[in-house]
Amino acid sequence: MIIDYIGVKEINGSLIVLDNVENVSYEEIVDIRLSNGGLRKGRVVQIEGKKAVIQVFEGTNGISLENTRTRLTARPMEMPLSPEILGRVFDGAGRPIDGLGEIFPDKRVDVNGTPINPVSRIYPQNYINTGISSIDTLMTLIRGQKLPIFSGSGMKHNELAVQIARQAKISGEEGSSFCIVFAAMGVKNDVAEYFRRSFDESGVLQRVVMFLNLSNDSIIERTLTPRCALTVAEYLAFELDMHVLVIMTDMTSYAEALREFSSSKGEIPGRKGYPGYLYSDLASLYERAGMIRGKKGSVTQLPILTMPNDDITHPVPDLTGYITEGQIVLDRELEGKGLYPPVSVLPSLSRLMKDGIGEGYTREDHSALANQLFASYAKVIDVRSLSSVIGEEELSSIDKKYMQFGKLFESKFLNQGFNENRSIEQSLDLGWKLLSTLPKEELDRVDDEILNKKYVENPTFEQKILFDEDNENENNEDIE
Amino acid sequence: MNNQNTIYGINGPVVTVKNAKSFSMMEMVYVGNEKLVGEVIEINDLVTTIQVYEETTGLKPGEPVYGTGSSMTITLGPGILNNIFDGIERPLKDIEKASGSFISRGANVDSLNKVRKWKVKITVKEGDFLSAGEIYAECPETEVIMHKCILSPNLSGKVVKVEKDGFYCIDDKIVTIEDDKGNFHELSLCHEWPIRMPRPVKKRLPATIPLITGQRVIDTLFPISKGGTAAIPGGFGTGKTMTQHQLAKWCDADIIVYVGCGERGNEMSQVLDEFSQLIDPKSGRPMTDRTVLIANTSNMPVAAREASIYTGITLAEYYRDMGYHVAIMADSTSRWAEALREISGRLEEMPAEEGFPAYLPSRLSEFYERAGRVESLNGKEGSVTIIGAVSPQGSDFSEPVTQNTKRFTRCFWALDKSLAYSRHYPAINWISSYSEYFIDLDGWYNENLGNLFIKYRKQISSILHEESQLMEIVKLVGADVLPDDQKLIIEIARVIRVGFLQQNAFHSEDTFVPLEKQKLMMKVILYLYKKSKQLISAEIPISRITEFGLFDKLVKIKYDIPNNKLEMFDDYISDIDDAFESILKA
Repeated sequence: MIIDYIGVKEINGSLIVLDNVENVSYEEIVDIRLSNGGLRKGRVVQIEGKKAVIQVFEGTNGISLENTRTRLTARPMEMPLSPEILGRVFDGAGRPIDGLGEIFPDKRVDVNGTPINPVSRIYPQNYINTGISSIDTLMTLIRGQKLPIFSGSGMKHNELAVQIARQAKISGEEGSSFCIVFAAMGVKNDVAEYFRRSFDESGVLQRVVMFLNLSNDSIIERTLTPRCALTVAEYLAFELDMHVLVIMTDMTSYAEALREFSSSKGEIPGRKGYPGYLYSDLASLYERAGMIRGKKGSVTQLPILTMPNDDITHPVPDLTGYITEGQIVLDRELEGKGLYPPVSVLPSLSRLMKDGIGEGYTREDHSALANQLFASYAKVIDVRSLSSVIGEEELSSIDKKYMQFGKLFESKFLNQGFNENRSIEQSLDLGWKLLSTLPKEELDRVDDEILNKKYVENPTFEQKILFDEDNENENNEDIE
Repeated sequence: MNNQNTIYGINGPVVTVKNAKSFSMMEMVYVGNEKLVGEVIEINDLVTTIQVYEETTGLKPGEPVYGTGSSMTITLGPGILNNIFDGIERPLKDIEKASGSFISRGANVDSLNKVRKWKVKITVKEGDFLSAGEIYAECPETEVIMHKCILSPNLSGKVVKVEKDGFYCIDDKIVTIEDDKGNFHELSLCHEWPIRMPRPVKKRLPATIPLITGQRVIDTLFPISKGGTAAIPGGFGTGKTMTQHQLAKWCDADIIVYVGCGERGNEMSQVLDEFSQLIDPKSGRPMTDRTVLIANTSNMPVAAREASIYTGITLAEYYRDMGYHVAIMADSTSRWAEALREISGRLEEMPAEEGFPAYLPSRLSEFYERAGRVESLNGKEGSVTIIGAVSPQGSDFSEPVTQNTKRFTRCFWALDKSLAYSRHYPAINWISSYSEYFIDLDGWYNENLGNLFIKYRKQISSILHEESQLMEIVKLVGADVLPDDQKLIIEIARVIRVGFLQQNAFHSEDTFVPLEKQKLMMKVILYLYKKSKQLISAEIPISRITEFGLFDKLVKIKYDIPNNKLEMFDDYISDIDDAFESILKA
């Protein structure tokens, strides 16, 4: 027997309350039909006896206490899945908006997913060559990792994500099984369009699934967008054996949607008004990356978040950093210097890197080089703060060498073209050349054996040119 | 069983039941048709509140709630080691067999393998009197650990029947006792124990034996005792987990309990991988033979995260009672505190600081007080050492979890972001960290390493403190203007920082360093310091000393001298002597 419940008891923000409901289950989806013919969807978020609190995805505009007929569907929020899903565009709640019609599903899956059993996971160890020196050398991306980009408004995080997506695809030996799931949450229309155009230009549009919840779309749908996207990603990876790169932007908008919804429910707020369960909620998204024993595919996540006021201790980047396996932090000062990508090296980190580099993966000297670059660049920052007090002239000769190293590191190593795809060998060799501008005994993080092999004692004329500040050769053709 | 109770309300992991009189506080219950595990956390005359350890999606009001009559217990018996459990002692490998790579709800699996037969030797005979907590049988659980079956601390009595030695499953009855009221109890290999109740002990022993970790900064500067408590606070990326892994791998405890509480799934699979490959140098067997893992990753149900800490400590206490030294790593206790906050918020309790419930400090202290070196009820000596990671929000150590943890632990290993940024690992800040165990442990160090060790440690630590003051000046005016004796402090402190405090976990020699080598390293560094100081007071410029490269040589001493060739330190001493002689001659 199908029952329509006529009218609602209470309306508050995006929530409606139904009374005298029979047989309602937690988190099930309901259809709400308005008397003017409009159809909306909602989800049960709280039950108390015969009272059910329902969250309306499209918002409660136009709903009165009497003009609705609500029907329980007895199903949780599900995403229709089939191999034809590649190349399609959906709205934030998983409805097709590209005019190509409905998906004929092979199966429907609950978007909330279920946790991967830790014993079924494979520890990710295969690195992804992104062709970007700073990332490949210092915060290597690993297949099955979740590595967010911490950025700020107006910085070039979108370009970086596009470049990673494009170049990671080319380098993968299993290029045919590579695909991208893109989830836009509360981003501007232009940004979504930029991603679409970029995917088109690099010829991967047919291998992209897009979920678009733009900044003027419903915030309730926004809380579903990443879940729909990750459900698709898991399907592609673990049932169709594909390597999936999931780009999610902007996680801050997502968290704000969650906060808005939480406060309308009257929940006790935690830090900065975000709900106390923000950590668990974010974890339920990020933890859906990984690889599973016996399955060929993988889910790699590249979430993008803009730090409000560039503050890394804001709850969203803070909690994200505790869940994800490292982070790529962008820096406004580097951006201001005109460097691309403006990766702030010191706070950036890839936790899975240590087991995915070295002999058999990248090159045996990789970890020594990375350690030394970090340590030397950290010293550069110290020297710079000293020089800002006493002036560059007053620095000791060794400190001056560090100043020079810092400049070269930023302009030659960090900085690279948007279309420039450096191989891992190129990046590592470049790193050693840069370190060789420092005296050998300063390189105390490296084993003597490796140091003797890699340290460029007397740079040849060509190598000197690389470090010649007067040589304004920006396209880096002189490397190699 | 009472079948009249039904679900009334549902809000996330919190379920309420109306008009139920039969439940008791902290009773374990089964919720709904799928029999999800839950626990009663609040009772009033109208409503009983239950926290459910699994996802509640799809539950309906009107579904039944079954009481079990007992509080949340876990099974203690052979089969715990070399296993990986979720927060309420369900083996994840069996869940995988039952439901595949993704964890589904209501998985009904046994805690311990019920069909495996253990080779049991019974250690009591008919007529013996068994008092509470005494051992009545033993079996080799893994090749390195002998499991001892302990009488539940709630029972005692005279042995009236004993089976023969042989192979038994954990539920087979092997001994029967008669208590003083004349009731008979059949004992199997295992017993149940409520996780929130500390297991009783005969007496507590002083914390006079160090837990040796092989990590220089810990053993030398901030030692912890067996049965001690330590907190490792640090923002993300400062190496909390890495430090915990190093301690788990190398500390000299017999049993390791590793609780991954609300952390990353990939990290748990790394622990599984690494521990099974890592061969224990003492026994030649994989680490997993003496390890138990509890994994509640951050996307697993939040209420079970709260329980996982208690499950871990109960398992640790059980092995302690057998006479083992147990170390429990909890990574991270902040996630546990957040689970408390989340549940508390759902109950609409009045929040204290930052939304955490007012009972946070008492819960933390209850947990840390379960550590200790003790004499167990059966007279054996064992210990539980707790090492808890703390993940402060925004790397701000003034937040409630860090502050309250600080009050109840005696070691504080503060991880420092700027050290981590320059890849100084372990990133334990030597200024803000402390250990309160010095006085308790000094006796042991003097007895086992000679009285110089403590002297060296004091000198090292005073040089580091002096350096940190000098660095304040250097930041303002540069190092060049300092007089030579202060330059020497900075130079020698660099050797200590880079050569001694920094330790490379991936280097085969450096990942674990015996105490004797730590002592000799300090000795040779301080010898260089003493000699250089003499020269400088004889007005020889420091540049003359540094050009010999001795300082840089000492920085690499950790790699250059293998752990088993400590006589090589003498060469370094004579090198220093030679160099200084040549300076003086010139």
